[in-house]
Amino acid sequence: MEALDPLLLSRIQFAFVVSFHALFPVFTIGLAAYIAVLEALWYRSDSPVYRRLSEFWTKIFAVVFGMGVVSGLVMSFQFGTNWSEFSFATANFLGPILSYEVLTAFFLEAVFLGILLFGRDRVPRGTHLFAACMVAIGTFISSFWILSANSWMQTPAGFEFRDGIVHVTSWAEAIFNPSLWYRFGHMALASLLTAGFVVAGVSAYFLLRNRAVETNRKALSMTLWVLLAAAPAQVFMGDLHGLNSFEYQPTKVAAMEGNWETRSGAPFYLFALPDSEQETNRFAVGIPNAASLVLTHQWDGEVPGLKEVSAEERPPVGIVFWSFRIMLAIGFLMLAVAAWSAWLRWRGTALENRRFLTTLQWMIPLPFVAVLTGWFVTEVGRSPWLIYGEMTLAEGLTPSLTGGMALFSLIGYVLVYAVVFTAGVYYVTRIVRKGPEAVGKIDEPGHAKRPFSAADVSFDDDPDFATGGR
Amino acid sequence: MELIDITAIWVAIIGLGVFMYVLLDGFDLGVGILYPFAPGETARDDMMNSVAPVWDGNETWLVLGGAGLLAAFPAVYAIFLPALYIGVFLMLAGLIFRGVAFEFRFKASRSRYLWNWSFAGGSILAAAAQGFVVGAYIQGFQVDGFTYVGGPFDWLTPFTVFTAVSLVLGYALLGATWGILKTEGATQQWLYRVTPVLLVAVVICLLGVSLWTPLTQERVMERWLSEWTLLWPLPALGLAAVALLWRSVQQRNEAYPFLCALALFVSAYVGLLASKWPYVVPPEITFRDAASAPESQLFLLLGVLFLLPVVMGYTAWTYWVFRGKVRSGVGYH
Repeated sequence: MEALDPLLLSRIQFAFVVSFHALFPVFTIGLAAYIAVLEALWYRSDSPVYRRLSEFWTKIFAVVFGMGVVSGLVMSFQFGTNWSEFSFATANFLGPILSYEVLTAFFLEAVFLGILLFGRDRVPRGTHLFAACMVAIGTFISSFWILSANSWMQTPAGFEFRDGIVHVTSWAEAIFNPSLWYRFGHMALASLLTAGFVVAGVSAYFLLRNRAVETNRKALSMTLWVLLAAAPAQVFMGDLHGLNSFEYQPTKVAAMEGNWETRSGAPFYLFALPDSEQETNRFAVGIPNAASLVLTHQWDGEVPGLKEVSAEERPPVGIVFWSFRIMLAIGFLMLAVAAWSAWLRWRGTALENRRFLTTLQWMIPLPFVAVLTGWFVTEVGRSPWLIYGEMTLAEGLTPSLTGGMALFSLIGYVLVYAVVFTAGVYYVTRIVRKGPEAVGKIDEPGHAKRPFSAADVSFDDDPDFATGGR
Repeated sequence: MELIDITAIWVAIIGLGVFMYVLLDGFDLGVGILYPFAPGETARDDMMNSVAPVWDGNETWLVLGGAGLLAAFPAVYAIFLPALYIGVFLMLAGLIFRGVAFEFRFKASRSRYLWNWSFAGGSILAAAAQGFVVGAYIQGFQVDGFTYVGGPFDWLTPFTVFTAVSLVLGYALLGATWGILKTEGATQQWLYRVTPVLLVAVVICLLGVSLWTPLTQERVMERWLSEWTLLWPLPALGLAAVALLWRSVQQRNEAYPFLCALALFVSAYVGLLASKWPYVVPPEITFRDAASAPESQLFLLLGVLFLLPVVMGYTAWTYWVFRGKVRSGVGYH
């Protein structure tokens, strides 16, 4: 019986599905904005470089967005299948919020994506640009609503329980709950950084191989400016977000810091093995007073420890502690790369320096890891609560759910996603290998474009560009 | 009691949303269901291209249905999904496989047949799962208060198998008539031949469900006997749609078959709702019991009244942009 605990299996399933899903939107939100900018630049300047870049990245966008849509579909039903008590209790708030997300964002993205992908020779150029903007705006609106829902679960506000059911007393307080803007800002910057590092890494990959040099220099140069602005902004935003969590979710922050005792002048641990049994850390190496300084902005500030609450109300400390450190390390690494780019640009070699380009290429997976570990911190750090301080995970579970059903669907999702993910990565890699050169010859601007035939992008056989069906 | 009955408005909105989904995703699922039988890869290219720009928008209606149910009738959401747990998983798996096939198939060549199967299999699985939902809804659910207390396989009975097969055939009919509208040449000729066969099968299925339900459920029988004056236009509309569909296919008309198939779905859908009214979780819970708090219904309603027409407006506009025949070998891919 223990082995097939529906609660544990549902938690694993949700964590798996949402983590898998999160990889896609965090990339496509930033990428959609980039594509809209490229389309706008092409509209204004008629420079084929922008058109080529836009078409190349739109292809990648289409594949990744498709995977995001289908994996996101699962999420909207999983609340009901596995967490029906939670859904039922919170429907008065979460129902309208998620519906507004569909109405203001999902339709906008989905419908205008059709125009963006297939409509280039069917609508005027201005309309096509408009569609690109709508897709980009839709992705941001979508993240606003979903983060509002998530933030409300972290820092609930504007409601009261009547007979175990949430009733909203103030929509403004509930939607713009205390952690929303921090989470939204943190996530928006994460999206820009993720898309930025992917575009930069892929451009660097081409430049290292002397392919489509002019196009990729343009792409890299643009992107490095974005990274230079976004990386420091993210460190600043992350600090604000942390302070907000410290105010509303002190137990989570105590887990992030591995801080068991309430104390003043708490250190920041660089390394430690938190031990929940003994309620202490093993092998701890820390910077004295650093945690207090960051969290209270005072050398000797008092920081509450995990022991403030009973053991049942603490999250699993190790996961939160280490996820936080991985995210931080990657964040500062991104900051360092951005600073390096500024230094090289000042010297005039940012687009040629091979060591720099190679580094960018290897940076591609890191923002994804940072996003995942960041979500681990915030989500695992909330447990055992589903709604912080109000409803536990166990209380939200579907009563009729058996361990066998939960195991069946968990295995099912793992298998389905494994197939989809493998194929998706494979096809994206093939698109990248072919590069922007493969995005057809650009006619003189303003003239209706020949669309690409299916044969142009057949990837399994070694491609022969010349016979591309044109 | 109140000047405006918000809950009743919500019934109409959710009813419309679900119906939009059934019609729109119905024809693109139908295209997938017909996929294995298509006469060659060119026909498959055309069929997929005819839905590629719009399928994503169509599927968004399903998400709206889910979110809207949670917002307006949370009891339905919180009972249906646990009760249909395994069916919902199968539907989602199906939708995932067919969804990614749109992008992957055109980027594959040696492995293309795998994505053909993924598209077809996913479509059939999703359609069948939705048919099981319809059947389970007609059957009713075992509840205690607002909590589902039945078993994991209550949705799997001979009756629901019948409704699942029916819906697969129904979607295939929608897909075939959509294809007649959007394709030409050999593909269209093939669809003209397939449509009458599907029509006969669908009529048999509809008759089956229409007889099976009242014969096993007294309440439905009573409804149809007592209020027949109000209800008889529905089967009449269905019959007229069938007759006109049959004739328009014989005359090789391009638009009428699709419109008639839509009308047939309208009559079946409204007839089904009328049979069960006012129960949303049969046999016990009515739409009033299942409703969310009035302030929540109102808060969302204000947005919906403005946003839904806008959404339908730009959705209609994209259909206009992509009007006309799919040209062979032409797609963005």
